[in-house]
Amino acid sequence: MSLRQIAFYGKGGIGKSTTSQNTLAALADLGQRILIVGCDPKADSTRLMLHAKAQDTILSLAAEAGSVEDLELEDVMKIGYKDIRCVESGGPEPGVGCAGRGVITSINFLEENGAYEDIDYVSYDVLGDVVCGGFAMPIRENKAQEIYIVMSGEMMAMYAANNISKGILKYANSGGVRLGGLVCNERQTDKELELAESLAAKLGTKLIHFVPRDNIVQHAELRRMTVIEYAPDSNQANEYRQLAEKVHNNSGNGIIPTPITMDELEDLLMEHGIMKAVDESQVGLSAAEA
Amino acid sequence: MSVSNPTDIAEVKERNRALIQEVLEVYPAKTAKRRAKHLNVHEEGKSDCGVKSNIKSIPGVMTIRGCAYAGSKGVVWGPIKDMIHISHGPVGCGQYSWAARRNYYIGTTGIDTFVTMQFTSDFQEKDIVFGGDKKLAKIMDEIEMLFPLNKGITVQSECPIGLIGDDIEAVSKAKSKEYDGKTIVPVRCEGFRGVSQSLGHHIANDAVRDWVFDKCEDKEPLFEPGPYDVAIIGDYNIGGDAWSSRILLEEMGLRVVAQWSGDGSIAELEATPKAKLNVLHCYRSMNYISRHMEEKYGIPWCEYNFFGPSKIEESLRKIAAYFDESIQEGAERVIAKYKPLMEAVIAKYKPRLEGKKVMLYVGGLRPRHVIGAYEDLGMDVVGTGYEFGHNDDYQRTAQHYVKDGTLIYDDVTGYEFEKFVEKIQPDLVGSGIKEKYVFQKMGVPFRQMHSWDYSGPYHGYDGFAIFARDMDMAINSPVWKMAPTPWKKDDGDYMAIAAE
Repeated sequence: MSLRQIAFYGKGGIGKSTTSQNTLAALADLGQRILIVGCDPKADSTRLMLHAKAQDTILSLAAEAGSVEDLELEDVMKIGYKDIRCVESGGPEPGVGCAGRGVITSINFLEENGAYEDIDYVSYDVLGDVVCGGFAMPIRENKAQEIYIVMSGEMMAMYAANNISKGILKYANSGGVRLGGLVCNERQTDKELELAESLAAKLGTKLIHFVPRDNIVQHAELRRMTVIEYAPDSNQANEYRQLAEKVHNNSGNGIIPTPITMDELEDLLMEHGIMKAVDESQVGLSAAEA
Repeated sequence: MSVSNPTDIAEVKERNRALIQEVLEVYPAKTAKRRAKHLNVHEEGKSDCGVKSNIKSIPGVMTIRGCAYAGSKGVVWGPIKDMIHISHGPVGCGQYSWAARRNYYIGTTGIDTFVTMQFTSDFQEKDIVFGGDKKLAKIMDEIEMLFPLNKGITVQSECPIGLIGDDIEAVSKAKSKEYDGKTIVPVRCEGFRGVSQSLGHHIANDAVRDWVFDKCEDKEPLFEPGPYDVAIIGDYNIGGDAWSSRILLEEMGLRVVAQWSGDGSIAELEATPKAKLNVLHCYRSMNYISRHMEEKYGIPWCEYNFFGPSKIEESLRKIAAYFDESIQEGAERVIAKYKPLMEAVIAKYKPRLEGKKVMLYVGGLRPRHVIGAYEDLGMDVVGTGYEFGHNDDYQRTAQHYVKDGTLIYDDVTGYEFEKFVEKIQPDLVGSGIKEKYVFQKMGVPFRQMHSWDYSGPYHGYDGFAIFARDMDMAINSPVWKMAPTPWKKDDGDYMAIAAE
C-alpha cells in the first residue's frame, strides 16, 4: 500500500490534536505504521502518544545547533504508543518571529532526511485556521493528500471549516490535495448533526463521523493518554475506532471542496432554524434591548 | 545631420508624440493605457509636465527604481558618518549597498567614521523563525565594544523585519538607555513599502524627526547659535559636492552649521533646529524634514541649484535675500570672484559642445537641476524623466526648467528609454550604471549622473569646471569614430580607420 498523507485542520480549540491522536492510535491498533508531524508552535500534537510534551522540537534543536542542516533525524523523532513516530516542528514563543516559516523549514527537513520511509501514514496536525502561507504548507506541493476538518455545530467552527476549504480549493488544482471529509466533535449545540451534515453537503463532501461528547476524553487527557490506550473498552474508544476505520477506507474518496459565502453559511443556519431570518432592525442590539 | 533631428519646434513635438505612440504599440492594451499616462511632450506655459508619477511600476517591464531600504540606508542615513548603520535582515541588501554612493567624508574609517563599512545582522533561517531582536541587541553590544567612538546607531530594516514583526523600537530604546542615552534610531524602511525609494526618504526623514529631534530637545546646544547660521539640506557630497557648495556659502558670510547628510554627523543633525535658514538642494529626498522644521521651529527653507554658473548666481542671490545687506554684498562678491573662472570654462568648452543634445534619466533633483548647467555650455536637454519623482517635481520642472517640446518620461522602462534614444539620437545620455553600457554599445556617449561616473564634484563653481570637462570628454572622445553606427549609412570614416 502506498503512503497515505493526511492532515487535520480546524478552528483553534476544536479538539484537533485529541481527535487526531485518538484516531491515529486506533489506526496503529490496526497495524498501520504512522508518523505524526505536529505543525503547531505549542508542540502538543504528540503529547498523548508520548505521555509528555515533546521538548526537542525541530526548530528549537536547530536554533541550538546553529541551523537545521546540523540536525539528524534521530535527534528529533520520538517513538510513542504502538511505535508511532512523533515529530514536533515547534516554533517561536507567541508574539515573535515567524512560526509559518518554521513549519516550512521543518517539513522540508523531514522530507530531505527520509522521515517518510517505511510508514503507511503520515499525519500533519496544524494549528487553528490557515493564517498564512506557512501553515498552508502541508496542503501545498503534494504533501498531505487528504484533509480532514475537525468542526462542531458552532457558527465559528463552521466558518473556519469553510475557510480551510477555500485553502484546499486554492491548491487542489496545482497540487492534488483533496478534502477527505468533516469530523464533527460534538459540542452539544442545537441540531448539531443535521448542521454538520448540511455543511458537508454544501462543501461537496460528507461527514465522516460524528464523535459524541464524553468526559472520558478529559480523564484520558489528564493522564496524557489517548482514550484508546486509557480505556480501550469504553464507548468513546469504540467511536474513535469507527472513525479510524472510516478514514482507512476513505482512500481515494477525497473531493475538491466547493466553499460557500458567509451569506450562504448564515442561510444554512436559518434553514435549520438555528438563526431566525435576519431582521435588520435587530442587528447590533443587545439581548436586553431586543 | 540626420532625419530624426528636426529643428522646427512643431516638427519636434510631432516626432516626439509619434515616438510615444510607437513605444506604446508594443505593449498589451492595459499596459499601454497605464504607461501612456507617464509619457508626454512638454507644452510651454503648462504648469506641470502632464505626466502621472509616484505610481507602482508595471510587473514585467524593466524599471530602474530602487526600494524604501535603498532610500533610507542608501540615501538619507548612510552618509551620516559617525553613526553605524545596521542593515538589519539577510545579508544581500547590505552586501549590495556596501560603500554607499561615493558620499565623501572626512574622518578615520573604522575609528570615528564608518560610511564605507558595512554592518549587517546577516539573518539566518532561525532568526526569521524565532525573531531577530536578540541578535540585534547583541550586534549593538558588539558595536559598542569594537567601535567605542561611534556616536550612534541606526537600524535599517530589510523586508523580513516587517514581515515577522520584530520590535526594533523596543530594542533601540532599551539599548539607548543602557548606553547613557546614545542615539539609536530604528527605521521602518522595509523594501516592500511604497512604490520606489521615495517612501524610504520620507520614512528616514520621519525617523530623524522622531528619534533625533524629539529626543534632543532638552539637550544643551553644543554651539552658540549665530545670526548667519544655515544648514545644507539634501546634499549627499557625491564626489565632494557639498564641500564645493559649502565654500560658496561661507565666502558670502554665512556659517554652515550642518550638512545633510553627505559628510554629516549626528551633532550636525541635532544642531540644525537652531539654524536661521535651511537651504535645500535635493527637494525630493529632504523636503519633509525641511517642512517639519519650518512648522515646529519656524526655520524657513529655500530651494537652490548649484549646477552651472547661471543657476548658482540665481541661487546665491535667492539665499542672500533671506539675510542682511552684508550677506547680499557677499553674494555679489562671490559671483564676481568666480566670473572670470566661469567665463574661461565656457570659452574653452562651449565651442566643443554647443548645440549638442542631451537626454537624462535620473533620480532626485537632477532631471531638472542639471539642465541649467548644460545650457550654460550651449547644450540642449531634449528629454528628461524622474525615477521616483512626484507631481511637485514635475511642476517645478515645467515651470522653471524644460523647453517647449521636451520629451518627458516618468519611471521609464528599459525598452522605452532605448527606443527613445535610438530615435532621437542625442549626443549624450546621462543616466545610471544599468543604462551605461546599453547606450555605449549603441554608439551613444554616456555619463553616469548618479555617481558622476567616479568623477565630481559637479556642484558649485569648482564643480562646473569638472562637469564641463567630463561632458566634453564623453562626447568628443575619439573612440566614437572607431565604431560603426548602425543607423548611419555612410561608414566611410570607420572603414578608413579600420583599413589603417
